[in-house]
Amino acid sequence: MRAVVPVLTVVAVIVAIWYAAAVWLNAPWARDMAARQDRELGAAELVVDTWSQDKPKLPAPHQVVTELWETTVEKSVTSKRSLVYHAWVTLSATLAGFGLGTALGFALAVGIVYIRVMDMSVMPWVIASQTIPILAIAPMIIVVLNAVGVSGLLPKAVISMYLSFFPVVVGMVKGLRSPSAMQLDQMRTWNATSAQEFVKLRLPSSMPYLFASLKIAMAASLVGAIVGELPTGAVAGLGARLLAGSYYGQTIQIWSALFMAAAVAAAMVGLIGVLQRVTLRRMGLDR
Amino acid sequence: MMDGTPKPAAASTVISASALNLTFETNDGPVHALRDVNLEVGKGDFVSFIGPSGCGKTTFLRVMADLEQPTSGTVLVNGVTPEEARKARAYGYVFQAAGLYPWRTIGGNIRLPLEIMGYDKRVQAERVKEVLALVDLAGFEKKYPWQLSGGMQQRASIARALAFEADILLMDEPFGALDEIVRDHLNEQLLALWARTQKTICFVTHSIPEAVYLSTKIVVMSPRPGRITDVIESTLPRERPLDIRDTPEFLEIAHRVREGLRAGHAYD
Ligand SMILES: Nc1ncnc2c1ncn2[C@@H]1O[C@H](COP(=O)(O)OP(=O)(O)O)[C@@H](O)[C@H]1O
Ligand SMILES: [Mg+2]
Repeated sequence: MRAVVPVLTVVAVIVAIWYAAAVWLNAPWARDMAARQDRELGAAELVVDTWSQDKPKLPAPHQVVTELWETTVEKSVTSKRSLVYHAWVTLSATLAGFGLGTALGFALAVGIVYIRVMDMSVMPWVIASQTIPILAIAPMIIVVLNAVGVSGLLPKAVISMYLSFFPVVVGMVKGLRSPSAMQLDQMRTWNATSAQEFVKLRLPSSMPYLFASLKIAMAASLVGAIVGELPTGAVAGLGARLLAGSYYGQTIQIWSALFMAAAVAAAMVGLIGVLQRVTLRRMGLDR
Repeated sequence: MMDGTPKPAAASTVISASALNLTFETNDGPVHALRDVNLEVGKGDFVSFIGPSGCGKTTFLRVMADLEQPTSGTVLVNGVTPEEARKARAYGYVFQAAGLYPWRTIGGNIRLPLEIMGYDKRVQAERVKEVLALVDLAGFEKKYPWQLSGGMQQRASIARALAFEADILLMDEPFGALDEIVRDHLNEQLLALWARTQKTICFVTHSIPEAVYLSTKIVVMSPRPGRITDVIESTLPRERPLDIRDTPEFLEIAHRVREGLRAGHAYD
């Protein structure tokens, strides 16, 4: 409870700065319009105008909140104008990509830990894959997949996977290697097989690393899915809302899509956090 | 578990090392961890290895356990190579740290080697109960390691090494990290356990009183190169109350160990 006051203070400060910035950024347009109508704007009028424009450079917080309210609560979720619908379109691709990326990352990590050739060769490629800007390869992935008849959710999921497998590989390699030399020797004294060593020692030891990786992977997946919606001219999804918004100068729509994306990311990462706490507490690894 | 393995010629010899050498090649040149080591350990012996750190005690124990390969010479455990002995699960190894898995209960930790070795569930449960009673931890089966003191954790790790009925117990400074009072108590319990189970125990320590109190045979080692400088057969009776440590006989053996350690250093 003691955290409430500082948090609210920070939020209040941010909102205040935001309102001030809205006045500052939107004022030129307001003055232009007034000049055209041969009107003089008083200070109060100016402020009111900058906070209520149709296509402001920076929408005021209450405009975004109103838009969010109208497009989530007041629209049926099946409507094409519902932000919940668009969020779900993006989220489903995000989750599919997250699942694929986690599976790929996990498989690579196991290979790297157990197969010497992979240990020597895979990591540089994994790192190289992440140095290429996703914006550069996303269109190619989508075009190639479209050419072989794959469209819709899957191409977006592939881009999500491309971004999300990386933290999982890195984290899981570290996690699977976290047992001490003593713990591994101990397994040897019991003449354990590699499979037993993996299931009973390496895998449980890697859990804290896994969850840390999953959080990053989830955020990366969402970015991937949104980016995947940009080059396709997609008609649905948060990325499509962002793109359409920027075509038509609908800044309020852009900002509310951004907030929705942030909320979705926070919810998903929070969910993993809960899973992490429950699992690690049960495993006695949280102390 | 050992019925398939033939008994060695001298039926009472459990571990024998002859002309054993182990050299680690390091960046700073070769380290002679073991030089010309010869030793016979009889069935039911309690052998302590004592010496300053770096004299090869751990290395010797690890060679017996097939965790380290000798450069030359031979070691037989139960009449076979350490590798065969390890695969036959001939020994239990207790490391310096208890190394219990935090995500398993005490019972679960003790069950771990049994699961790996494919014991059936019912037998697992019986064995866990038995060895917990043996190390005086009955009733702690459902507790987690963090709920136990350091001494209790080390007892649990001994129980784990006992669970699969190997007749050899290799222990590398198992009580090294514990305070003296706990240590005395555990030493007493270990002797009682040894008497009850008739196991052969190899025990690394660098405490003279601990070595003398526990052992039927004390192997004094010295470093650079790691070697055995003296083997002392204890004249103490097998039945040993803690206050045996004040008897002249005890002090005399302790004195001999100290002399052996000193002689090893004078060699340098
Ligand atoms: N894996 C290793 N690589 C290189 N040197 C080692 C290794 N293990 C032990 N040594 C060296 O061998 C010598 C004996 O070590 P150790 O058997 O651990 O001694 P002790 O247990 O008696 O303290 C030491 O000088 C140590 O540094
Ligand atoms: Mg040592």
